[in-house]
Amino acid sequence: MKEKLRAPKAQQPLIVEKPTLEDGIGSKVTVEINEKKVQVLFGQTILEACKENQIHVPTLCHHPDLCIAGNCRICVVEVEGMRTLQTACSFPITAPIKIKTSSPMVRKARRHIIDLLLSEHYGECYSCVRNNNCELQTLAKEYGVDSYTFGHVQEPVYEVDLSSYSVVRDMNKCVNCRRCVRTCIDLQEVGVLEAIGRGDKTHIGTFLEKPLADVICINCGQCINRCPTGALRANDPSDVIWNAIDDPTKHVVIQTAPSPRAAIGEVFGLEPGKSFTGELNTALRRIGFDVVFDTNFTADLTIIEEGTELILRLYKALVKKEQVALPQFTSCSPGWVKYLEHFYPEYIDNLSSAKSPQQMFGALIKTFYAQKKGIDPKDIVSVALMPCAAKKFECNRPEMVDSGYKDVDFGLTTRELGQMIQEAGIYLPEMPKSNFDDPFGEASGAGLIFGATGGVMEAALRSVIELVTGKKVEDVFANADITPVRGFEGIKYAEIPITEVGPVPKLLQHLVPDWNWLKGATLKIAVAHGTANAKKIMDDIKAGGKFSECHFIEFMACPGGCLGGGGQPIPTDEEIRKMRAKAIYDEDNSLPVRKSHENRHVAEIYDVFLTDGPCGHISHKLLHTHYIKRGKYIA
Amino acid sequence: MKTQLENNIIKTERTGPVLFSPYKRGDAIKKAVKQKREDILFEIKDSGLKGRGGAGFPTSTKWMLTAAAKADKKFIVCNADEGEPGTFKDRVLLMEYPQLVFEGMVVGGYTIGAQTGIVYLRAEYEYMFEQLENYLANMREDNLLGENILGTDFSFDISIRLGSGAYVCGEETALIESLEGHRGEPRNRPPFPVNTGYMGYPTSVNNVETLAAVPHIITKGGSWFKKFGTDKSTGSKLFSVSGDCERPGVYELPWGTSINELLEIVGAKNTKAVQVGGASGICVPRSQFDRKLGYEDIPTGGSVIIFNESRNMLHVLKNFMEFFVEESCGQCTPCRIGNIKLLEGVEMIERGEFTFKYINTLKELGRTMQVASKCGLGQSSPNSFISILENFKDEIFHTTGTNGFNGKAGK
Ligand SMILES: Cc1cc2nc3c(=O)[nH]c(=O)nc-3n(C[C@H](O)[C@H](O)[C@H](O)COP(=O)(O)O)c2cc1C
Ligand code: SF4
Ligand code: SF4
Ligand code: SF4
Ligand code: SF4
Ligand code: FES
Repeated sequence: MKEKLRAPKAQQPLIVEKPTLEDGIGSKVTVEINEKKVQVLFGQTILEACKENQIHVPTLCHHPDLCIAGNCRICVVEVEGMRTLQTACSFPITAPIKIKTSSPMVRKARRHIIDLLLSEHYGECYSCVRNNNCELQTLAKEYGVDSYTFGHVQEPVYEVDLSSYSVVRDMNKCVNCRRCVRTCIDLQEVGVLEAIGRGDKTHIGTFLEKPLADVICINCGQCINRCPTGALRANDPSDVIWNAIDDPTKHVVIQTAPSPRAAIGEVFGLEPGKSFTGELNTALRRIGFDVVFDTNFTADLTIIEEGTELILRLYKALVKKEQVALPQFTSCSPGWVKYLEHFYPEYIDNLSSAKSPQQMFGALIKTFYAQKKGIDPKDIVSVALMPCAAKKFECNRPEMVDSGYKDVDFGLTTRELGQMIQEAGIYLPEMPKSNFDDPFGEASGAGLIFGATGGVMEAALRSVIELVTGKKVEDVFANADITPVRGFEGIKYAEIPITEVGPVPKLLQHLVPDWNWLKGATLKIAVAHGTANAKKIMDDIKAGGKFSECHFIEFMACPGGCLGGGGQPIPTDEEIRKMRAKAIYDEDNSLPVRKSHENRHVAEIYDVFLTDGPCGHISHKLLHTHYIKRGKYIA
Repeated sequence: MKTQLENNIIKTERTGPVLFSPYKRGDAIKKAVKQKREDILFEIKDSGLKGRGGAGFPTSTKWMLTAAAKADKKFIVCNADEGEPGTFKDRVLLMEYPQLVFEGMVVGGYTIGAQTGIVYLRAEYEYMFEQLENYLANMREDNLLGENILGTDFSFDISIRLGSGAYVCGEETALIESLEGHRGEPRNRPPFPVNTGYMGYPTSVNNVETLAAVPHIITKGGSWFKKFGTDKSTGSKLFSVSGDCERPGVYELPWGTSINELLEIVGAKNTKAVQVGGASGICVPRSQFDRKLGYEDIPTGGSVIIFNESRNMLHVLKNFMEFFVEESCGQCTPCRIGNIKLLEGVEMIERGEFTFKYINTLKELGRTMQVASKCGLGQSSPNSFISILENFKDEIFHTTGTNGFNGKAGK
């Protein structure tokens, strides 16, 4: 993630020439921290060295996912012999220096800095979404701020930008740490947010100061996850959802995506890494949701639809020699979809036309489910619990009304639901477990791992391998764990040779006569997470590089995939995301059904509702969509 | 600020001991390219030359570090941003002595092993652009620049880039950011430009005047150079003198000249205060006019602004603080917000609504800014706040019609 950044050099990591470490001598430097001698790695920052030695140095602009900024100055420490204080986050240790992390001068400077920030900070903690989870608030507490030394703003200076379905910007609470700027440009390669103005006019703004809805923001919400304060937050629909719950004429349905259950424990102060699927189901019912569905069901359905689409594309290209757009790109991450629409609009034909699981479910709830239950779809309020900020935008895309109604009414984030659960007086970890509601029931582990980067690809491969070769995946990949597509490497690439083929399963027989045309072929696939990595692949494809020869590529807008989504609990870093991934893979491992095509509810819905099969007319009407060439310049 | 800046430079025949002493075009390059790089470094070291851009870092050390850095490309950048209020000496050098500046760059480039020199020219000096380009073309014609200079295997060329108009872009790392096409904001240091500079390559950023001294040192020797000035401040210094005096303009004086002597030379009468070093410098009251200009006592980049009895020092201070509030790059907390607080403090004094306790708190804040800001701007912006309030206590707390104990003030 750290190489080749587009951000200004002022915000880039340090380049330190490391000594050649032949026998390890010279790789360590002995420094004194608070009069204690410790050995640290050459080139390590003072902050890292302190952390390793259990010495707390406060930070604000620093974030482990981002390059170094050194602009808040809260982490200053004394380095003996230097005229000025040095920022621990940016100072690389290359000599045996003496460091003081809490001298009177340091403490005074930090207190001044906090006082200065507070003097410009408009907002009250008890009416703030980040109350109790705010780095500014924590600093004020840590340094015992009991009055506003340099005054306190009484009036807001900036208008709150409520234009976006996904992200709300309240620059009155901004501390100018620029973590959002670095997130947007470095992690996401979007570059919507930038420091604007100089001196006292400096602030974070957008292109021509336009509202967020009118710029090329992809709604990923990654900036929210890395903002230390309440200056950035998601557009929260929970009040309206409460109203619907309280309205007896409404049938309030919630579908829950795989990632929130793997992270919601963090909202309740628990360590990351444990799933609360069953507990969450109970809590949702106690809050008042009428039914609780598992989005993994439509994730399984996505695999069937998107997999079929891929097979059709390959069939057209290889057998019928027709012009088709390949590689096929996944379309389940709405942040990625919008990124492509803005930055590579010429490639929208490569996007799978299959809707995301959220939107497929939306369309089915207000048709299939409504019919089955005899409920007027207009009385259904369909909520989607998502780890994602972009899902809020997605459900508001004007074309997402294939059921005849708005398919999904609200996208709700993990954080927002955590709040609702607390408001209902429920302590989630102590809830008894319960199951998902029928007719969609329990889904497969393949749908579940959609939450991690590589998960969609793994789910697809589990099915494709079995459907095409007739062999068990387990015979190809131990325990059906397709490890080449797992892990947090920014871009993953794999080749799967198809050496033998089996019979065409019934579900697909009307589409392809046999698999012989695939025999001897090598399936080339790739996986990218974080749009900065997506950009690398897209540029390679444009240049005709190796990724242009891929057949299928999974793209997720957020680092880590959905488990690192913009609606997930704050804070986030790679360790936390790894723990969430572990929770997801552990749960997958424990499930009886781990392949989408073995989900019996999926088979059932093709029997009774989507009767002309995958990619058939009904499925095309309800489960597929189209995209918009947006471009970078929008009026 | 504007009125103080609009001083005419009185253009007379320039005389001075070092920079304005006679020099024949091309001599330094001719001599240097025949020398070993170490010998040039030694000569510069012997001269004791220190950076004239304000910070006073030894030029030989800077060049040595750049020369020692391992890289396949290196750069030498001439800092001609001259943004400090009250300075206009670099303009004089560029307009009237371009041979010194450019030859200094060639010698520097040769010494550190750079192939490219870049002049970062203050946006307001755009009118010089053509003249300077023509001068460079002449040098190329005479093979003082370009491929294989004077038949040696040393190739070097210079390009001129226009600045982006912000004061902070004169700070060397912000300058480099700006050259790279980014917002002009200072970088974290370390790493320093001598290791990681323009486009990540080792880069020596030198002030116009520093470079202009080099050809004289090369041709006349380091020991000749250090005959002028004092022990720790060798050679001479250009002073941009403005404000209340009869003969404002650019003067070359040896280091060690006292403020009194300088005031005498420029014909200043009834002087109450002298601001040395521009807005970020310090304000010297009459009682200290025997102090000497030099690294030992009052170091300066050369801006001297003279205030006579008629001036209101609080207004002077307010001007400076307004300048910083606007010119801070806005990146770091102490400078971005600190300067606003200091300015507000001045305004409080102006209105007579303040407490001494709060003013003292602001002075302490100023001391934090000096040590905790990211770059020289924020580190020096409190200087005038602290020095003017200290040195002109009586005037300020009486002329404002309050002593801080009446009205809304108290405590
Ligand atoms: C805010 C700020 C503005 C500066 N402006 C200039 C300038 O206009 N010209 C200049 O030569 N140096 C300026 N400097 C100093 C440069 O950072 C740098 O020290 C200098 O260019 C180095 O050259 P020297 O060693 O020859 O002095 C400025 C420094 C700061 C902090
Ligand atoms: S951003 Fe933090 S400090 Fe500010 S109001 Fe919200 S919780 Fe309080
Ligand atoms: S939501 Fe994503 S694209 Fe939009 S501003 Fe934030 S980081 Fe950038
Ligand atoms: S919006 Fe948040 S992340 Fe961005 S600069 Fe402000 S406080 Fe930092
Ligand atoms: S001290 Fe001022 S000018 Fe320098 S980096 Fe900080 S905000 Fe910018
Ligand atoms: S955390 Fe180091 S400067 Fe902000």
